[in-house]
Parts: sequence; C-alpha cells; structure tokens
Amino acid sequence: MDLSFNAEERAFQDEVRGFIAKNLTEEMKRATALTPSVFSDPDIGMAWQRALHKQGWGAPGWPVEYGGPDWTPAQRWIFETECARAGVPNVNVMGVKMVGPVIIGFGSPEQKNFYLPRILSGEDYWCQGYSEPGSGSDLSSLKTRAVRDGDDYVINGTKIWTTHAHHANRMFALVRTSDGPRQQDGISFILIDMKTPGITTRPILTIGGDHEVNQVFFDDVRVPVANRVGEEGKGWTYGKYLLEFERGSGIASAKLREGLKAVADLAESDLTGRAIDSPDIAARISEVEIDIDALEMTELRVLSALQTGQNPGAVSSILKLRNSEIRQAVTRLGADVIGHDALAVEPMRPLYKLNHEPAIPEEMLTVMPEYLNGRAYTIFGGTSEIQRDIIAKMMLGI
Amino acid sequence: MDLNLSDEQRLLRESAERFVAESYDADHRRKMANDPLGFSPLVWKQFAELGWLALPIAEEFGGLGGGAVDVGILMEAFGRGLVSEPYVATVVLGAALIARCGTTEQKQASLPKVADGSLKLALAHSERAARFDLAKVAMVADKTAQGWRLSGSKIAVLDGHAADEIIVSAHVHDHRGPSGRIGLFLVPATTPSIAISDYQRLGGGRACNIELCDVHLPEDALLGDGSDALPAIEWAVDRAMAALGAEAVGIMQTLLDTTLEYTKIRKQFGRPLSANQVIRHRLADMAMQVDEARSMALRAALKADADPVERARAASGAKAKIGKCARFVGEQSIQLHGGMGVTEELEVGAYFKRLVAFDTLFGGSAHHYARHAELGRTKAPA
Repeated sequence: MDLSFNAEERAFQDEVRGFIAKNLTEEMKRATALTPSVFSDPDIGMAWQRALHKQGWGAPGWPVEYGGPDWTPAQRWIFETECARAGVPNVNVMGVKMVGPVIIGFGSPEQKNFYLPRILSGEDYWCQGYSEPGSGSDLSSLKTRAVRDGDDYVINGTKIWTTHAHHANRMFALVRTSDGPRQQDGISFILIDMKTPGITTRPILTIGGDHEVNQVFFDDVRVPVANRVGEEGKGWTYGKYLLEFERGSGIASAKLREGLKAVADLAESDLTGRAIDSPDIAARISEVEIDIDALEMTELRVLSALQTGQNPGAVSSILKLRNSEIRQAVTRLGADVIGHDALAVEPMRPLYKLNHEPAIPEEMLTVMPEYLNGRAYTIFGGTSEIQRDIIAKMMLGI
Repeated sequence: MDLNLSDEQRLLRESAERFVAESYDADHRRKMANDPLGFSPLVWKQFAELGWLALPIAEEFGGLGGGAVDVGILMEAFGRGLVSEPYVATVVLGAALIARCGTTEQKQASLPKVADGSLKLALAHSERAARFDLAKVAMVADKTAQGWRLSGSKIAVLDGHAADEIIVSAHVHDHRGPSGRIGLFLVPATTPSIAISDYQRLGGGRACNIELCDVHLPEDALLGDGSDALPAIEWAVDRAMAALGAEAVGIMQTLLDTTLEYTKIRKQFGRPLSANQVIRHRLADMAMQVDEARSMALRAALKADADPVERARAASGAKAKIGKCARFVGEQSIQLHGGMGVTEELEVGAYFKRLVAFDTLFGGSAHHYARHAELGRTKAPA
C-alpha cells in the first residue's frame, strides 16, 4: 500500500499544474471564487472548457475513441485535485458528465457524431429535464408526456429545478411515452433543442439570491423521434445510469478542502477578529478537516478498487451523502466565522461584476449565499433520505 | 498511489480472521472476562507461532519487518472477536519503544524474546494528574551512584499485571537536579517495592495502577542514551492509536453485522424491524460510519512513519473520528437490540464496552480535536 504518487503520476501532476498556470486567467479565478452557486456562469465555465478541449482534456471520463484522454483513475484524481486547488471554473457537467456518457452508452452513431464533438468544444450547453413539480424523489412518477405524431413527438408538461435552462441551448429529458404496468415503464430519454417553439422558461431564485435554476414549460413542443436516445420506454434505465455518474464522479474532497481553507483563512484574519482564537471555532475547523480526510481516504480506496477493475457499488451513495453533509458543515462554519457580517447578504449578481461598494469585504461575499444555497446539496441528485434508502438496500440488503 | 492489499496482506487478513472466528467464541470471551490473567497463554503461544508477535519487529531482531498497515490488518481481525491478549501493550507499545529508544544490547536482549512469545511488556506512562497530556510526568528518576532510584505512581497501565518487564517513564534528575528530559526505564515485574493493583479493564483485558517507592534500578535500566524520550512516546502512542482504531473498526463491523441480522429476524407489529425506514436509515448511518472509521484507521497507519506533525494530526484525526463513530455505532447497536441490548445475555454490551474503552484510552474526541487544531493546519502535500 502506498499513499504517495509514483514518478509517472508526479510527472502528470506537473503537467496539469503547468496547464493550469498557463490557461487559468486571474479573471476566471476571481469569478470562480466569487460564484456562490454550484455552477459557474457560462462565459467563465465555457472559456475553461475550450481551454481543456484544446489540450485534449475536454472530457476526462470518456473513452478515447470519443475524445477522452485515456486517464487512469489516479490521473483523474490528480486532475480534479489540482483543478480544485487552483480554483478553476466549473464546466457544464450536464454535458460532459451527464448526457455525454448516456449518448456514448446508448446513442445512435448519428447522435454520437453530432452531439459529442459539440459537448467537447463547448459549442452546446446542456440542461437536465428530470424533476417535475409533482415528481421529486419519486422521479419515475413524472408526467411530462411525449405523444408520437408522424416523425415527431409532441411534448406537453413541465420540468423544474432545471439548472442553467436560461443559458442552455439543449436539454436532455425524461418524458412519458406510454403508461406501463410499473411507473418506471414507458419513460423515454429525449434530446430537445431549447429554441423549439412552445418552450418557455421561468426563473426560480434560490434563498442565497442566485438565479441558477428554472422551471421549463412545454406547450405542444415538436421534437423529432430521431432525438430519442435508445429504445422507446427504456429511458428509466438510461436515466439511472446517468444518476450514478452524477452522484459518483467520486472526487469531491479536494473541493471541500479548498472551501474549508477559505473559511480557515477568514478565521485567521483580522477581518473576523481572528475567530480562530475561539477554541470552539478552532476545534470545529479540525472536526470538519478530519471529516474531509475520511472522505478523501474513502475516495482513494474506491479509486484503488477501480484501478484493479473492481466495482465500488453503493459506495457512490456514501460519497454523495458525506460530500453534501460536509459541504454544509463547511458553509455553516463560514457563516459562524464571519460573525455580524453574516447579516449583510449582497443581492446583486454576479458578485465579480458589482457596480457598487459592498457592505462587507470581498472575501466574505460568498459566505452567506453559499451557506443558504448549500442547503440544496442534501436535496439535489437524490436527497440524503433517498441515498440512505439506497445504502440500506444495496449495501445491507434490507 | 495504491491502497489495495498485497498478496501477503490478504493472506494475513484471511489467516487472522479465520483464527479469530475459530478460536474466539462467546464461551471463550466469557471465560477470559472472569479469568485473573484476562487472556489465554495458549493463544499467546499460537500468536507467536503464527508470527504475529514478530510482525512489526525488525528482521535483524528476529522479526518480520512489517509496518503499521500490517498491524492494522491484524488488529481489525482481533476486534471482530474481541481478542484480549496483551498485543498492544507488548508489541505495539513495548517492543516499538525498545526498538526506537534502546541500545543495540537492549534491543538484542528484548526484541527476539517478544517475537518468540517469551517476553511480555507494558508501558507505564499515564498519571492521574496529567490527564491525557503525554508531556506531563511527575514520576522522578534520581541518578544514584549505582544506577537509578524511581518514585511516583502510574495509572491505566495496559496489561501491566501480565508483563515480565514494565517500561516506566520518569523525569530524569541527575546530579545537577531536574534535567528537563523524560527517560524510559525497563523495570522487571519482580523488582521489589513496586505495588501493582490490577483490575478487570472495561471491555476486556486487564489494566493496573502501579506505585514505585524508591525503586532501585541498575544503570542500564535506562533505555538508550538518556536523550528526551517524549518524542518517542508520542510516536509510539500515535501508532497505538492507529492500531486500536483498526481494532475498533473490527468491533464496529461485528456490531453492525449482528444488529443488521437482528433487525431482520426480530418481528414487531407483524413485520421485521428492518421493514421500517427509520431502522433502515439508522443502519445506513451505522454502515457509513464504519466505513469512515475504516478509512481513518488506514490513513493513520499509512502516515505512522510520516513527519511528526503529519503523523500526529493523522493519529489524532483518526482517534477523534473513530471514537465518535464508535460511540454512535455502539450506542445504536444497543438501541436497536432493545431491552436485550442492555443485558449481559447478549454480547452487544461487551463489544460496546470495548468501544467505550477505545474512545477513552489516550483521550477522547474532544481532546484529539483540540490536539489536531493545536498542531496547526497541514501543509499541502507535494
């Protein structure tokens, strides 16, 4: 057993660091640090995606024949960790990490040829049409209906929590094409051009003051049957496959560590009257750091298993759960560290383009929005309650 | 970066798990709990034959040259069966301190005997007034013309009753007075004027308090060259915490398995307990905490030879985290067994008590969060 990287892996680490140093601009870095929602705005995120693509690193998890870089799990770990450390923007994961793997796994040759290069290059920006107002945790009860009419489906219904629908030009969606004996039957996976007539988008502001999610309405929206991925009625299988990618990309500890570092830096600064001098705050910082250490070790154990071709199984639910809980602990600690300045939540967005002097120092601007928005971590991608159901079923057999 | 077990480690795990499953049943544990020795000399002999006592001892002294990860593998298996042999006292603490501090003669005199099972050791370091502060030692060793004179008292000496030699820490006073250094002294258990009062330890095994009143020792009772032993004590205790953490993981895994089984069998309101979501979620949380504890024990073992700050933070992190997980898993195991969980008729209580002992030993979670914080934030790894 060995926790350290070998010479080859260290060389790769140097390569990643070199790439980041050359391509990550101060502007991107500041914008990322001042983004209190989950995703970077497209102007920042896609600029980074283009840089990655130019290097051949546009889709780390994809097979080589579709443009993946053919990295080992350890290399992916190094890449993600270095990116988190440097504070690079979040790319459009709905494209690279969600719909990409589904198209690769189940799409037609035409779909692969058309969509995959556009995801890599950043030409397409994707959003995810899964949840509905009446279908949250019970996702397969979804009601948005696609009725066959010649070579088209005609779609009616609504999707909610659609991250960046207001930026996206494409959506992948789960729609009901028939009513089967089980509610999971009769669902199809479909790719929708967001400029199609009949689609309207309503912004939903989150409690931190960000416009990140939306509700999308479909009113007799005609989508070619050729845009269906895989077989009609098999969408649930493809959708679950995707959710495993969403939950278990499995490398979250590096980002948590950077988040905690920002909080600890604030706690050690005069801006907070050195909050760290309170033994309670110091011990809580240690407690969260230790939780991150544990998560990191679990990630590395999974990685080691993957390297030898073993399947980590339900551990992706453990990783999702712990990541979300620790994320909330970090943001809560941040909120406590800034003391009275927690009362001044800056409403303007984006925070990196304010046209007025904020009431609190720039280092604190994201703290409260992150704490408030951060409540969503234990809800999206399957709530903590759903993850516990999965752990009980898959790991414990009950 | 590779956290997979090597073939040798896999074999070690399999043989340890098999041994514990075959030799350590409930009857044996009950017998040991009421035994004045607290463990079986026959089992100790088998440990020696299996090479487990030699495992972390250097090859030049008759050992196998294994590391902290190997010890952790063994300890996790010990935890599954609540093994009560004095492995930590003799091998993880005692032999390690002699290996680190002793002169070549001292190592040659002790380590091969530990490896072959003919010498048992214990560390007498904790004192009541010191609480969990390893640097606080009131025991005094005065330099005399013939050697040393020790006076003071120690508490919670793990398996001290069974030790042939006890390693006692003391502040060294030479002819100029207090030297500011802590020394480690090898004290044969048969030395006159040592009062040992031993007791049945919470959760299995035994421990003792010892009083030394003007105990005279020869010159060479002092381990090594007389330089300050505190860094070595901290190093050894950090290793012991990693090893005990691995043992706690084994204990927790057994509790989780047992409790899971029970919730499937036990029926109330016409259905198994496990049919209730509140029970399933509790078990999911327990499984998650066992897994986190496993990660932390492994991490502490992998960093057992890192630089002192990194090692100490990993050890304290593991101790704090595993302690917290242990309390949760232990207490919930009792809760889910209902009234029966609080009785001596099931073994859940015995496993729980060993976890409580683990959490207490060398300081609980609060102490180690504070130590972790005090040691400062880790530097970014290269």
